[in-house]
Formats: sequence, C-alpha cells, structure tokens
Amino acid sequence: MDSREVILERVRRALGRKPGQKPLPPPEPLLRVSYRSPAARLALFRSRLLGTVTVVPEYSGVYAVVEKLLDGQTAVASGHPYLRACELGKLAGVFTDPEELRNACATAGAGITSAYCLLAETGTIVLRACPDEPRLISLLPPVHIAVVPQDRLLTNLDEMLSMTPRPVDEDSSAMVLITGPSRTGDIEQFLVRGVHGPGEVHVVIVQGKTPPL
Amino acid sequence: MSAPDSAIRQTLADANLQLAIYSNTGRFKDNRVKAVAPDQLPEYQDLRTRAAAIKRHTLAFLDVYLLQLENAVNDNGGKVIWASTGEEAAEFIVKLAKDRQANLIVKSKSMTSEEIQLNERLAHNELEAVETDLGEYILQLAGQRPFHIVAPAIHMTRHDVADIFTEKLGVAHDTVIENQAMTARRVLREKFLTAGIGITGANFLLADSGAVVIVENEGNARLTHSAPKIHIAIAGIEKLIPRTRDLAVFLDLLGRSASGQTLTSYTSIVTGPRRKGELDGPEEFYLVLLDAGRTKLLADPDQRESLQCIRCGACLNACPVYRKIGGHNYPWVYSGPIGKVITPALQGKENNAWLPFASSLCGACGEVCPVKIDIPGLLIKLRKELVRSDPADRSAFRVWAWLMRRPVMYGLAGRIGRTLLRRMPLGFNFGPLAAWRSERDFPAAPSKSFRDCWKERKK
Repeated sequence: MDSREVILERVRRALGRKPGQKPLPPPEPLLRVSYRSPAARLALFRSRLLGTVTVVPEYSGVYAVVEKLLDGQTAVASGHPYLRACELGKLAGVFTDPEELRNACATAGAGITSAYCLLAETGTIVLRACPDEPRLISLLPPVHIAVVPQDRLLTNLDEMLSMTPRPVDEDSSAMVLITGPSRTGDIEQFLVRGVHGPGEVHVVIVQGKTPPL
Repeated sequence: MSAPDSAIRQTLADANLQLAIYSNTGRFKDNRVKAVAPDQLPEYQDLRTRAAAIKRHTLAFLDVYLLQLENAVNDNGGKVIWASTGEEAAEFIVKLAKDRQANLIVKSKSMTSEEIQLNERLAHNELEAVETDLGEYILQLAGQRPFHIVAPAIHMTRHDVADIFTEKLGVAHDTVIENQAMTARRVLREKFLTAGIGITGANFLLADSGAVVIVENEGNARLTHSAPKIHIAIAGIEKLIPRTRDLAVFLDLLGRSASGQTLTSYTSIVTGPRRKGELDGPEEFYLVLLDAGRTKLLADPDQRESLQCIRCGACLNACPVYRKIGGHNYPWVYSGPIGKVITPALQGKENNAWLPFASSLCGACGEVCPVKIDIPGLLIKLRKELVRSDPADRSAFRVWAWLMRRPVMYGLAGRIGRTLLRRMPLGFNFGPLAAWRSERDFPAAPSKSFRDCWKERKK
C-alpha cells in the first residue's frame, strides 16, 4: 500500500467512515458584508491604506500622477489593458519575455500594476496573477504603484470572497492580497519596511469613464 | 523525562531575556485585545464559533476533503505527495532536488518543516536550504530553533543579531535594525533569484479550489512561491478548510489573534504552476500532505480538537508559564499551551509526561483561542490519563479517596498532619517529597481544621 492509501485508511478508521461515504454539508461561514456608498468606501480606503492614495477624476490624468510618483526612477509596468489605455508604456518598460521581465523587475525602481480589486476596510490591493499581471512586478522593485478604476473598490474581504467563488482559474495561478508595504518586526519588534518586498505602496484611483480597452 | 529544571532556572535568572519575552509577548497580547474588542470587531465571538464549527466539520469528514483537494490540485496542474512520516516528505524533496539539479533551496517560515527537521535532512544530502523570514534566517545562522510559533526570534536583541551577522556573513558590526534588515534583504535577494526550489508551509488548504494560503508580512513567502522554477508547499493534513469563502472567517481571526493585524501585509492564495501565457510563477507545483502522527490525534476523541489549531500563537502570548520560561524550554518546536497538548500526542507521552502538569490551568489559553480549542480541558484530560498510568500517583490518590470517605479517619489524619507541620516548620523535606518540596513552601499550620471552625460557627 502506498502512503496515499495508508493515510486515507488511517483517517477513515479514525473517523469510522467508509470509502465513498458522503459528508454532511459544511456549516456556512459568517460573511460580514454591509453596504457602504462609493464615497464612504473611498474615504475608508484612504484612511486604511499604509501608503499614498491619489484620486484622479479621469483616466487621462493618470499619466501625470504616475510620472510625478516615479520622480525619474526606472519602472516596469504590467501588460494590463487598463495601464496601456493610460499610456503608461511611455514611462515604464513593458515586457513579454519571461527572462527580460525578471531582470527588469530585479533592477527597476518601481513596479506598476492594475488590480483585480481594492478592499476599503483593510486598505488592501488584490492582484490576480495572470498573463496581463505577472507576479514579480509588485514584488521585486522597492516601490509598487497600482492604478485602479474606482468601480473596483469593494468594502472588504468578505464581499470579495462572496463574489469570487474561485480565486483562480485556467488563466490565473495565484491571487495575492497586498495590505501595505513589506514589513518586519522580527528584531525587537522594531518595524522596518521593505525587508523583502516593496517598502512603499501608492494607489492611484481613477474616477470617470472607463478608457477604450 | 522530567522538566529541564536547570535550563528553566537559567531562563528565569536572565533579566534581559525575561524582559524580552515579557515585553514582546505583552505587545502581541495587548494588540490582540484591541483588535478583537467589540468596537473593532463586534462579530468576534460569532466568528470564533463559526471557525470552530468549520474546522470540526472538516476534521469529521477529512477523508472526503483530502480527496477533493487532491482532485483540485491535479486540475490546476500540480501534484499531491502523500507523506505518512517526516522521512517520506524529506525523501521526496531530496529526490526532486537531485533530479532537477537544484542545489539551492529557499524556504519561507514553516512550523511543519521545523517539525520534521527538514533543513537538517536536506543539509545531510548536501542541499543548501536557506530560511528567508528575517527571524528564521537569524536563527538558522545562529543554529537555534524558533522561540515562538509566530515570532521566532523574539528572544534576540539587535546586539545579538549584529554579532551573528558579523560572524556568519562577514559584514561590519552594525546594531542599527534597519541596516540589519537591509543586509538580509541584499543577501537573500540573491538567493531568491538563483534558487531552483522554493519551499513554503501553508496556513490553510482550500479543498474546493486546490489552493494553498500563505499569510506573512515580509514578502519572503511571495518570493519563495513566485521566483524559483519549482514550488513545494508542505502542510499537515489538518490544514484543510472546505471552501474558498470560508477564508473570510479564518483570515478575520488569524492576523488579529497573532499580532493584532486586521490582515497581514501579504496573503497569497496560490494554486500551482503558471498558466499558459503567464510570464512568471513556478513551472512545477507539489503539495506535500503530511500525517506524522496527526491521524493518531484524529482517532483520539479526547484530543482531536487540538487539530483545529491555526498556529496563531495567541495562547503562547497569553500564557503565564510561557511568558516566564520562554520557548526553548519546551521539548519540541511547538511551545506554549498548544505545544503542551500536541507534543505528548505527536512525540510520545513517555518523554513528555511533565508537560501537561506545567500549567496553572488559569484558562487564558482557551479564552484567546480563535478556534475555541479547550486547551485547559485537554490538559486536564491528559493529566488524568497520565496519572492513571503512574503507580505512585495512583496509590496517593487512592489513599486520599479512602480517607475522604471516612470522616473520623480524615479528621485524625488532619490532626496528625497539623502537629507534624508545627513540629517541623520546614516540612517533610526528605525522601520522594524532596524534589516536590524544592519548588514549594508548606503553608503555616493552622491551629484548627476547617471542620472545627465550621462546628464553632454553627453553635
């Protein structure tokens, strides 16, 4: 018998169950979802994010804001259509070759992504790793800039989970919740930012019409 | 084996260490209290109840959820490796590393890998495994095991770290904590970008989506599961929860209970190899499911509930014993109240019989547990079992029970005891009592027994 059978057999014996025996339905989780207006969500996100929030009235203003945030640093941007529509390609390198992308991320001053959604209650950026949104852009550079339309701003994790039954699918291998900068308190509980991931997080929230994608 | 008395005495006499343990656990403890207070999280008690119910349910039908998880992992393009022992888990990893010629392995914090001494086993096979969580990295350089489940190096100061870095990394002696963190960033970044395999633990396994959930603050776990070509996650079979949306309950509780954070900096929900068109992420994904004694706990209805543990460390921070003796005086990697419960079960009762007795049964651990494990209750059950198997204890309690049922004899024994105590105020400090007495003073002998007082009052 291989270990798979051994373990399953031990589990069944411990529980007094037979192979194929049906389970009871699991208890429902408690989902804390309460309605907040977009303005209230925005105010909450602003107060909770451990980083800067810039609100832009329409997408044509994104370029100038990101240019100012970059302040001359080199940057890598994801191939997300929203970023392309904001013409950020002129400010940052966009890569389609894995090796080039990795090298660029390892040396760039900032990484620019969009986001699957934002969570107001915790000040969280939710990213789904997919062909348009690689994992390393928000991870290797010391600064992370996320450009996100305001209609992607949700109240909290519970709301996101109730509308996203599966965090991943055939196009996406991972989902990451980013709540502020990388930090550690491992030495004397003294807070240090940017220990492995970005030490700075900036979110640009875009209001108004969606650009032609 | 009995308690490591001299080591404990050393810990108690070390004023710096006492301060470090007390203030660090104290801060976690206070932060937790604030984070779960009714004005912050009015649903806290409901969440605990729900979390406990979901865990209990998952354990009760674990066979089904394990198979569901395996199917989902396969669908995502990954592979589940079943390991009934730590050796089996390590064997698989060693073989894979040799096959893929991956001599450098980066690791993010995993108590499960500590439990099976994975680093030692890898080193034995000439594989370099580097811990990347800052605290774990410091400990690996120092050759120590974690002092705390969540914050592994709380017993160290910036001066200790400066010494270790200078000695092991050859960098200039520097006691500025920011600089120390940046040294680690620089050294470890190089490792992340060249390692062939990344090994992580798992805080949760989602049966419905085949996902591994990893919670952290530094970003080292993200790097570990995203940068190398191969990602291996290693987890005990009890880490399962049925559905993705159950995560809401557990993530609401985990960060708050561990450090008072509503959410930690990073929560990764990863499902294996990069999909078609993705530019990064691992090319291969393996999930090692570990038994290593867990099915024994599952089979024991008295102790099963300890498998609900989500390793938040809240019981350590709340425990008056842990806060004095610290993590290294516990015999195994799991310290504190939950360690007292699972160590005898997973590592054998014979060597760890003293553990359940090293508790004041104050109940703090049970009160703070986010998944409502009745740790004091489990300790009492363990004590009962151990006392039943100890002939000296058994006969002592038999005599006691015999006396209690005979009021006249009981009164007489009390009178003899009081007289002896008055004659020998330092008490019975000899024979089998000497060891017991070395930590305790007898109370001053009362002039009358409780029963005498009672009689007088009745008059």
